[in-house]
Amino acid sequence: MDLLVGQVFTGLSTGSILLLAALGLSLTFGQMGVINMAHGEFIMAGCYTAYVTQQLVGDAGASLLIALPVGFLVGGAMGLILEAVLIRHLYHRPLDTLLVTFGVGLVLQQVARDVFGAPAVNVTVPEALRGGVDLLGTTVPKTRLFILALAVVAVTAVTLVLRFTPAGRRIRAVVGNRDLAETAGISSRAVDAGTFFIGSGLAGVAGVALTLIGSTSPTTGQSYLVDAFLVVVAGGMGRIKGAVVAAVALGTFQAVFETYSTASLAKVGVFIVIVVFLQLRPQGLFTLRTRSLA
Amino acid sequence: MTRFLATRAGIWTGFAAAALVLFGAAPLLLSGFRLGLFAQFLCYAIVAVGIGLAWGRGGMLTLGQGVFFGMGAYLMAMHMKMADAEFRNGPGSVPDFMELAGIRELPAYWAPFSSPAFTIAAILIVPTAFAVLLGFAVFKRRVKGAYFAILSQALAGAFAILLIGQQSMGGFNGLSRFRYFFGYNLDDPVNQQMLYFIAAGVLLVVVAVALQLRRSRYGELLVAVRDAEERVRFLGYDAANIKVVAYATAALFASVAGAIFVPVVGIISPASIGIVPSIMFILGVAIGGRASLVGPVVGALAVAAAQTALSEQFPSAWTYAQGLLFIVVIALLPGGIASIAAATKRFRKEPATAEATA
Amino acid sequence: MQAPVPIEPGLTARKVEHRMPQRFTFTARDLTRTFAAAAAVAALVATSACGSRAGEETAAAESCVDTSGDTIKVGALNSLSGTMAISETTVRDAIYLAVDEINAAGGVLDKKIEIVAEDGASEPTVFAEKAEKLIREDCVASVFGGWTSASRKAMLPVFEDNDSLLYYPVQYEGLEASENIFYTGATTNQQIIPALDYLAETGVKSLYLVGSDYVFPRTANAIINAYAEAHGIEILGEDYVTLGSTEFSTIVNQVKSAGADAVFNTLNGDSNVAFFREYANVGLTAEEMPVMSVSIAEEEVGGIGVENIEGQLAAWNYYQTVDSPANTTFVEAFKAEYGADRVTSDPMEAAYNSVYLWAATVEKAGSFAVADVQAAADGVSFDSPEGTVVIDGENHHVTKTARIGEIHADGLLYTVWESEGPIDPDPFLDGYDWAADLQVSN
Repeated sequence: MDLLVGQVFTGLSTGSILLLAALGLSLTFGQMGVINMAHGEFIMAGCYTAYVTQQLVGDAGASLLIALPVGFLVGGAMGLILEAVLIRHLYHRPLDTLLVTFGVGLVLQQVARDVFGAPAVNVTVPEALRGGVDLLGTTVPKTRLFILALAVVAVTAVTLVLRFTPAGRRIRAVVGNRDLAETAGISSRAVDAGTFFIGSGLAGVAGVALTLIGSTSPTTGQSYLVDAFLVVVAGGMGRIKGAVVAAVALGTFQAVFETYSTASLAKVGVFIVIVVFLQLRPQGLFTLRTRSLA
Repeated sequence: MTRFLATRAGIWTGFAAAALVLFGAAPLLLSGFRLGLFAQFLCYAIVAVGIGLAWGRGGMLTLGQGVFFGMGAYLMAMHMKMADAEFRNGPGSVPDFMELAGIRELPAYWAPFSSPAFTIAAILIVPTAFAVLLGFAVFKRRVKGAYFAILSQALAGAFAILLIGQQSMGGFNGLSRFRYFFGYNLDDPVNQQMLYFIAAGVLLVVVAVALQLRRSRYGELLVAVRDAEERVRFLGYDAANIKVVAYATAALFASVAGAIFVPVVGIISPASIGIVPSIMFILGVAIGGRASLVGPVVGALAVAAAQTALSEQFPSAWTYAQGLLFIVVIALLPGGIASIAAATKRFRKEPATAEATA
Repeated sequence: MQAPVPIEPGLTARKVEHRMPQRFTFTARDLTRTFAAAAAVAALVATSACGSRAGEETAAAESCVDTSGDTIKVGALNSLSGTMAISETTVRDAIYLAVDEINAAGGVLDKKIEIVAEDGASEPTVFAEKAEKLIREDCVASVFGGWTSASRKAMLPVFEDNDSLLYYPVQYEGLEASENIFYTGATTNQQIIPALDYLAETGVKSLYLVGSDYVFPRTANAIINAYAEAHGIEILGEDYVTLGSTEFSTIVNQVKSAGADAVFNTLNGDSNVAFFREYANVGLTAEEMPVMSVSIAEEEVGGIGVENIEGQLAAWNYYQTVDSPANTTFVEAFKAEYGADRVTSDPMEAAYNSVYLWAATVEKAGSFAVADVQAAADGVSFDSPEGTVVIDGENHHVTKTARIGEIHADGLLYTVWESEGPIDPDPFLDGYDWAADLQVSN
């Protein structure tokens, strides 16, 4: 029983980590169709933001609270620059964007290596988040509860922004039909840049939060990237709720599968499930209805 | 010049010149060690020809060629380990690395690989069949573009993880310490040169096959699918079939390259076939010119040579160079080196005609 | 949807019509032609294939080592890029330090040592390639380096085929003894078995095994299982994660509910960070359920965060805190060269020793030739930071003192137990009856 409750929570928790890493992608890839392979490095930038903030501030709790918004700005700024310098010129060549941003990722990794050194650095977990909470007979680490809560907040915030703000309406208009939105006087360029800023900023936030449970090293981002992409592919283009459902489903699947088998086979299992799933729903869980042929 | 090379005589001249360089000049000029290194680069070039076909002509960005490369390599390695064990300890004996891993019984799926004919058939058939199956599953459902790229990348990751977990396949260490290649001693320089000749010969054959495919009606259809898949479908063709052929051919090329790579390099491990090595295969193709015939070959050779030369002196500079090459070449020169000549010619001849946007 | 831009300049739908080829189909004639080309190539290859066949002797590779000048070249082959660069650059620093010291003291056989450095790039194939380059192009007398077993396994045939020498400085899973490799790190009976002895002595009756999914943890756990069976220790679980995995909630939950007396940890690299954080967060402590690690040294503690790992145990042969005159000299020299904030660790010390052991063997043999060095190796000793180490001429390993260390708040490890004197290397565990099932024919 303990183990079962533990597994359910682990699934939710793994799902929330996947979701944090994938939420930004589901904006940039899902809404704009841009495959940003440097997204993982934006997450890494968030991790190092947390590290640097902690070095400057000292107190672990305060620095975490400061690092979250700063991480958003750092990730967002990197995204803005990337969008303006490279991606803007490649919107009609999505596969090339993938390769170009992979190159950007390589460079960023090496920069991190040259600036911070190759060994992992330590970001201290605040006193308040250490240890666990007893929940239905199983111990749940507080850091994971924090990440779960942060994921919920992030999803809610993104949904609210998209639905109720003028900027959000413009984003949805451009996603729905770029040409028509332009005709209606919306600057699709500004909207693209804005979307990219938010998406990349979320990667930065994810990075800050992930320092609580994982290591901070130049290759940190890479380990989350492929899983995050699979979440967006399975969830379907253009739908935040698709990403949410897919992340939780994959997280639970992996946690349960791992209990009865090995972690390696769980990874392979996830891949098979996604290929089979795409047989049933090639456009992912939730699709945006458009009149486009492709 | 370009026009001459497109004629039949030109093609024969081109192949003759390439053969002269590969079979004549290179063995004379290079030391045994450098020739072995060159043979390794030729294996990357064989993979590149396949990627050029699937990606350059067919528009399918295969980020998972490491899977097929790895299949060919591991199948060949299994045979070589079996041959080695049988030579030392008699038929049915267990390869040395399994003994170390505590495996005393030969796993059933290893047994057939003591046969050279079975191994060669497996190298040709298994990856191709896998690519056909996966291709149908994916392309029939019209999964394409970015979705396909990400799936193929995840496949490479999953395949590497699966292999690392299999102690009976050498696990993380992979398979190494081969002594014989179909009965020939691998430490004999004459035999090492033979391996080089095989790699060079296969490269020429692979380029010839790619050339025939390009010049056939199929080749035109493939490009049509790349540029306007819907229109091809409306004309009554099944786009999925057309794509599957190119994807499977690329898989076959990669598998053969992997099979030659193993005796040349002497080791195959999951580190050579995961996500990052798979993307690195793309780099050479992009630099040389993805849609051209010879571009991918030249690009793959150039990248491999640059990596060896640069990383000896400046390991961290090479990582920057790789990243910047991806950015600069693909953003600014999507046609690769091969497009430079064409671009300058077009600029001189027809400056008035703007590039069509279809 | 926007139309794709043509990738080939000039080849657009309109232009295709102009340059349609005359033949449209891939005819049988084309196929014949392709096959004919393939056959021609095959024939060409067959005529060139006249090398020796299996069973025939190949002429031994000629050594090109130049011993006529004032210097002698050796190779340093470590990963300076890629995932392993973190660890291997520290080993390289130790190799350079030893070479500088030997040169300052007059060199080897009155020749100064000159290092040819190469980057293994964390890839086994690159290690094999660079090893061959060092031997055949740079003509080095011996090579120092390698870290992962995969890199060693990749280099082994190269050193055997070219009859050259590799000095490998890292603890590993044993079951290997090559004429052409000297292993200056611990084999299993100098690290894993003493760690188990220590745990058994402190009253541990049950163990939980956690490791990364590759060869070293699998072999180590096979040994632990055999040991446990013979010594009445219960193994409550054995879990593996993929290399680099940072998802540990499932495993740590299982560890916690199993309630073993101790955990034996063979995780590698970044996984340790996530594991120990999760471990501390579910409320497990070193007092309650100690973790014995075999891959965490001074270098790794910083990245994990000392607050997550304080009080936990590690098994090595050397710590920076080892109290000996030789170690004081080594640590001081290292800090003077590379900075006071740097730490020294077991693999670094083993690499440092390997250079001195090579130099001592060459002096004893009076020659740089591989055969002479191999013949002279038995009994060569070096007064190293960890204590005196002696080469075993039989299996090319060295004697080593086993030490259990505890991690303290300053990030360093302090010896809490050490073996009675140096332990003789036994890579095939021939001297352990309970390990009979693990033994392989050499």
